[in-house]
Amino acid sequence: MSLQRFVLKRGLVTIPLLLGISLLTFGMVHAIPGDPIDFITLFTELDPQTEMQIRAEYGLDQPVYIQYIDWVTDAATGDFGRSIITRDPVIDEIMERLPYTLVMGIMAFGVTLVTAIPTGVIAAYYRDTKIDQASRVFALLGIAIPNFLLGLLLLLVFASWLDLFPILPPTGKGILSYDMLVYTLLPAITIGTGSTALLMRLMRSSMVEELDKDYVRTARAKGLPERTVVQKHVLRNSLISVVTVAAIQVAFIISGSVVVEIVFSYPGIGRLLVNRVGNRDFPVIQAIVLLIGVAVILANFVADVLYAYLDPRIRY
Amino acid sequence: MAMLEVEDLNVRFYTDDGVVRATNDLSYRIEAGERFGVVGESGAGKSVTSLALMRLIDDPGVIESGEIRFKGENILEMDEEEIRSLRGNEIAMIFQDAETALNPSYTVGEQISEAIRFHLGLDEAAARERAIETLESVGIPSAAERYSDYPHEFSGGMQQRVVIAIALSCDPDLIIADEPTTALDVTIEAQILELLEEVATEFDTAIQLITHDLGVVAEFCDRVMVMYAGHPVEMAPVEDVYYDPQHPYTVGLMSSIPRIGDDRDRLQTIPGRMPDLIEMPPGCNFHPRCPYAEESCTRMEPQLVDVETGEPADPINSDAQTAACLAHTGELTGDLDYEVTVRGEGDLPGPDDASGTSAGVSDR
Amino acid sequence: MSSETSQRTTERGRIRVSGFDVDRVESREPLSSWEPDLQSEEGRGRLEYAWMRFKRNRLALFGAATIAFMVVVAVFSRPIQLPGSFPVLAGQTVQPFSLAPADPANQNVLTGYRSPTLENVLTWPPTGLYLFGADWAGRDILSRVMYGGRWSLSIGFIAVAMALLVGIPLGSVAGYYGGKVDELIMRLVDMLYAFPFIVLAIAVIAVLGRGYWEMILALVVVGWLPYARIIRGEILSVKENEYVTAAKALGSRDRSIIVRHILPNAMAPVIVQATLSIGTTVLVAAALGFIGLGLSPASAEWGVMLNVEQDAIARGRWWAGLFPGLAIFVFVMAINLVGDGVRDAFDPQGDQTDTDTGGLR
Repeated sequence: MSLQRFVLKRGLVTIPLLLGISLLTFGMVHAIPGDPIDFITLFTELDPQTEMQIRAEYGLDQPVYIQYIDWVTDAATGDFGRSIITRDPVIDEIMERLPYTLVMGIMAFGVTLVTAIPTGVIAAYYRDTKIDQASRVFALLGIAIPNFLLGLLLLLVFASWLDLFPILPPTGKGILSYDMLVYTLLPAITIGTGSTALLMRLMRSSMVEELDKDYVRTARAKGLPERTVVQKHVLRNSLISVVTVAAIQVAFIISGSVVVEIVFSYPGIGRLLVNRVGNRDFPVIQAIVLLIGVAVILANFVADVLYAYLDPRIRY
Repeated sequence: MAMLEVEDLNVRFYTDDGVVRATNDLSYRIEAGERFGVVGESGAGKSVTSLALMRLIDDPGVIESGEIRFKGENILEMDEEEIRSLRGNEIAMIFQDAETALNPSYTVGEQISEAIRFHLGLDEAAARERAIETLESVGIPSAAERYSDYPHEFSGGMQQRVVIAIALSCDPDLIIADEPTTALDVTIEAQILELLEEVATEFDTAIQLITHDLGVVAEFCDRVMVMYAGHPVEMAPVEDVYYDPQHPYTVGLMSSIPRIGDDRDRLQTIPGRMPDLIEMPPGCNFHPRCPYAEESCTRMEPQLVDVETGEPADPINSDAQTAACLAHTGELTGDLDYEVTVRGEGDLPGPDDASGTSAGVSDR
Repeated sequence: MSSETSQRTTERGRIRVSGFDVDRVESREPLSSWEPDLQSEEGRGRLEYAWMRFKRNRLALFGAATIAFMVVVAVFSRPIQLPGSFPVLAGQTVQPFSLAPADPANQNVLTGYRSPTLENVLTWPPTGLYLFGADWAGRDILSRVMYGGRWSLSIGFIAVAMALLVGIPLGSVAGYYGGKVDELIMRLVDMLYAFPFIVLAIAVIAVLGRGYWEMILALVVVGWLPYARIIRGEILSVKENEYVTAAKALGSRDRSIIVRHILPNAMAPVIVQATLSIGTTVLVAAALGFIGLGLSPASAEWGVMLNVEQDAIARGRWWAGLFPGLAIFVFVMAINLVGDGVRDAFDPQGDQTDTDTGGLR
């Protein structure tokens, strides 16, 4: 089938998935009896009048399924209601911080691609030599080290001891300012380390698998130079399986950012999420979790399409 | 000097389980335009022989010693560049499993063209032209359209034709066909063999055909080498091998072919199994399975000798029928008491020989 | 000896060879000591074979030893007393040993931080006190790290064990019965997969609140997915196999077919995944502790220790966070070595296991 039809088919499957995760997100958050207001009343006295007001404002007096429908339909237009804590529109709070997380994520992604793919290829080609073993050790280290520890150590070394970076992010500067971008390097590298370790292993095993295949022997039997064999024939097929990992990278970077933003006090949505969890600020929590889910699903979708584009067999 | 001369080739694989002696002092030759068959059970070292010819033996395999002379030059002493200019260009290979031999991510046409561009230096358009011609010559209909199709869009037989097209694309002088029809069903097999025959005649290409199927060999080859456990055990023109086999293994292979009108009630096989090339039986490797074996067979490893004279064989220079059995050097006390009967016209009544059985050794 | 050379025809089917007497070979004594049987290995159980391969893998053994060591230290760091609610044996001291040099809760706020020192180690008898220094409240970090292992490690093992208990049955049911049931379960799996592990865990904790069992529950809710997928995949690929049809034909009940025929073969990738997941789970649990969603700040759970000391670390009191972090690192490293070893043991060619989802779950 053509690529267009494939995209269409995939898209159709994705929509119910998106609906499903919205249901899941909403359901999870409203799974417990009681609601945010009960939580607030634990701490502050609210007179019944105000309480009813707040409930009505947040639609908490409606039956649950109505709340869901309202929420989903509003969410589709970008209206996630207001934060319980700050009373600001959730969407505003998110948009204020989203660029930071995005830039950091893109940096981390870039660092990963640039480091992991060449190293993985080299490790596969020089399989079982010292180079390969060194890469395996690095991969193991990168996976095992907790990202928060790495972040703290980086801060310690580069900010405290070497004074190359500030300990806290610069205030009052936009994301695209030089100071901010420089500061973003540290969290990006922190997340990038783990993600590089993962991708490198995958790249290596994918290439090793391809190198053993028959068509490689055919290519050599044609007399083609080794470089052509590897670059033209093997790499193409190896990269195909790596593309799906790109989707996993997105998920990995998102989960990394949640923790790493805390380490660096980085003003992104990960930090927003964590801060508001303690306060049970459900509108914000729901919105962010939903957005994350949507992002991952979209990333998977793009990866699927890319995969179909690269591998002619899939479309059939 | 023959086009291809292999002399005393020894290939070893150094594995965790031991050293695999894949070929042992293997010698043979192929003349230009000749069709040479290599027959044996799985694991006898047939494929290794072909891969060695193109120096495609990978870790943990090593070509330990010997010479492979192609048009007078020793392949084993060439550097990488020289060898690459031979591969695909003067010596080409056809693999058994066509589907996996083709790269799924590139069109069939591209896989042919790239060899053409590389060896013959043609530009893209010219290479494409030539590739389409080659596709036509191997019998693929609508070649121009199918040029841009991917391997998975072809059937098994068509894929094999593509593989043959790749091999033919640069007009090689020698084609090594490694069990090209094993994975195909019988009717397709016949077509492919016919194609190979046409090609060989038209372009005067020599073909080294590796197979375990005796029927294919009988039809296709001029001379045959029977291999067992990495050794050549018999080498002769094809008719001699069939009508006048001189080695017990060959005899065993031939007698395993079931025939209509046979009055035996069990299928004949050669008892036992081929050794695994790491630990081989002492003396003659075949002795545990040979009905004519004697004690001397466990002590001495028989050399390939001329069956008439008993002198050590010289496959490179002579076409004489040779076999590696002590019976021919006079050291066997007993006799090889098998019998080959050939039915002449009207000798026996009975069904005609349209048996169509795939004559071969089954080790599968 | 050759037969008479006959007319050279090129027709097939006319040659018959006789006299190649198989019986002669089979009935005689072997002529030499070589026996074909020597060459075939006895069929070994897959498990046994895997165990043998595992034992040869030095890195994996090292990992296993490290894990064992850490578990022992965690268990024997401080005495274990059965809680008062335990039937019959309430209050009994089940584990009397105390490897930790100090009580992890012993505070000395006046002295506060102490950097690591070898002093106490070099005396006799060595106490190891303050080998890792002291934290903001003057507590000995070595003791806390030893004791804290209980939380971090137990969360890892228990959460994975429970996730297996959820994932395997669900995956089996989905795979075996197919149809609507399969659809339903797999849709759920797909949807849950859309959320990164930690994000979902955060959401669950947001709902349930903080605490030991709450955290385990959060980790289980997210953690069962890979096992369900693996088992379902294995079942689907095996379902059509003939030995299942044979078992059915013999009248076995569905459940016993699953349990006795399919599951044993499907276990290998599950075991590999579970082993690797223990590491991931410990990491996530520690991360949750670090961001403040874990156990209480007073507990010695490694992630929580890092949470409390965040600023201190960045500003120079590195020991307060390095050692708990290192403990996490060593554990995850060791379990990954074991997991890789298990994977290699089951599948040396590396062509079957598909657990490289990056160890995310």
